[in-house]
Amino acid sequence: MQPGSSPATALPGGMALTAPRAATERFVARLLFACGAVSVLTTAGIVAVLLGESLAFFREVSPGRFLADTQWTPLFADKHFGIWPLLAGTFLTTTIAIAVAVPLGLLAAIHLAEFSRPRARKLLKPALEVLAGVPTVVYGYFALTFVTPVLQRFIPGLAGFNALGPGIVMGIMIVPIVASLSDDAISAVPASLREGAYALGAGRLQTLLRVTLPTAFSGIAASVILGLSRAIGETMIVAIAAGQQPRLTLDPRVPIETMTAYIVQVSLGDTPTGTLEYRTIFAVGLSLFLMTLVLNITSHRLRKRILKGSL
Amino acid sequence: MTGTAQSLPPPPRTAATLPGALASPRHRFTAEHAFRALCLAALTLPLLLLVVLFADALRDALPRLNWDFLTSYPSRRAAAAGVLPALVGTAYLMALTAVIAIPIGVGAAIFLEEYARPGRLTGLIEINISNLAGVPSIIYGLLGLELFVRVIGLGRSLLAGAATLALLLLPMVIMASREALRTVPHSMREAGYALGGDRWRTLRLVTLPMCLPGILTGIILSLARAIGETAPLITIGALTYVAFVPDSLKSAFTALPIQIFNWVSRPQPEFHVNAAAGIVVLLALMVALNATAIWLRMRLQRRRYW
Repeated sequence: MQPGSSPATALPGGMALTAPRAATERFVARLLFACGAVSVLTTAGIVAVLLGESLAFFREVSPGRFLADTQWTPLFADKHFGIWPLLAGTFLTTTIAIAVAVPLGLLAAIHLAEFSRPRARKLLKPALEVLAGVPTVVYGYFALTFVTPVLQRFIPGLAGFNALGPGIVMGIMIVPIVASLSDDAISAVPASLREGAYALGAGRLQTLLRVTLPTAFSGIAASVILGLSRAIGETMIVAIAAGQQPRLTLDPRVPIETMTAYIVQVSLGDTPTGTLEYRTIFAVGLSLFLMTLVLNITSHRLRKRILKGSL
Repeated sequence: MTGTAQSLPPPPRTAATLPGALASPRHRFTAEHAFRALCLAALTLPLLLLVVLFADALRDALPRLNWDFLTSYPSRRAAAAGVLPALVGTAYLMALTAVIAIPIGVGAAIFLEEYARPGRLTGLIEINISNLAGVPSIIYGLLGLELFVRVIGLGRSLLAGAATLALLLLPMVIMASREALRTVPHSMREAGYALGGDRWRTLRLVTLPMCLPGILTGIILSLARAIGETAPLITIGALTYVAFVPDSLKSAFTALPIQIFNWVSRPQPEFHVNAAAGIVVLLALMVALNATAIWLRMRLQRRRYW
């Protein structure tokens, strides 16, 4: 990947020296390759497990029922397997989180890239990263015992479990993801473009809004997509504070259930392995995996374009 | 002035130097200032919120923060409950996770940095690692549930939990170790070869010792991340109520974040106080791990002899 970083390519003579002790050398190389292969096997394992159990699930519940039914009640006597209520729950909390994280993260990134002195930046960036490192179970506690009660003072009819509180807290958690990548994108805009704008008489703000930000757009988009993927996969905040009632609604005030929270709910009960109920979590997990995979790949592609310099 | 952008600051402008439509510098000046204030607010607001939340948790936790809390078993009575099994479970879990993840992760990093030749296979492993880093942690839980708990038959044990967390940690350990390996200058390896060392001996005697503190720092930071992981452990079926200290690899277990989750999910406010106290203990552990990593990094910077 990086030419010149492996001794073999950097030092043709080194290869000749290793020849006499080739047996150990070959053994070590194989062992290290096996370590590298573990990561590929992990991916293969994830795909195999999710696909295997999901196929078994779809043999009993047709994909049509999974996608067309509007109720999700696999744990009740009257079973319905429509994924939509869980999707709606995930969509709702994710949208709220993004609505919080994008403005805050983008403005914070602009401050880091354009306005802070190098010294302050060196301090502020790690401080912001702390937000992403706080365990999500802790954020869940905050959403349930602090944010929701505060919101209840302003919003009548806000239930104890709701989408709004955890959504906002999730947004705060995602701010550093959006800020960090957007900061990289804005800092990567060539100075010559800014100077060109200044030379044309544009002020700093004008330059930022008309030249710098549009140029950094793909990097900023990458950061938002990555934040989206993180929000969709986030589990504990919504499992603790959003409730466990799959409900096809876009009302942020009532209890809902996300895809991740459903997996937690089933895992907490003692659903016997191999039953249809047990398999539902893999079908939901597969949907979750596919959604985040598509988002991650999109984000990765957009970021790669920045690295190549073709902004 | 302009941060890292390395561009020149905009030239000072006065109304006199600018003709016509552009000549409204005073108005633009205030707009820029308002915007800067907005940006600063966006940067500090989340940090302030974090401080408020921590202060709130600490205030809630104070009545329960004492030695008994650390040395008691969970109980149906909130005031008598403690975190001992969870604390011991977390310690065992982290140690086991490290034992599994470190050799594999560092090995993979060495393979990619020192052994692999650029090619399709190496490219595949690289793309794969960056993709794994973005997989939601609960998906790892599903993998662990099916693979370790069911197929390999470890049951809902400490070992199954550690193996699941190790897989989750692997991309982080690999990336951190690669970064550390890259800090060793090429001339050092070349000196090793010049002295007649083969690749393995040079790695063992020159490269690895030189970047060991860097690798350790990365590993400790990843462990600090893993210590708060809850979702994958719940998915593989770690128990939320455990009134004993795990005594073997096959033993059922609980961990600090799971115990916190258990207390948070109860409706009674007394248990929420316990959850807050558990959170303070968990965050203290994380701060201790991070401080160790920072201390190691500072030592590393002082000792850099090339």
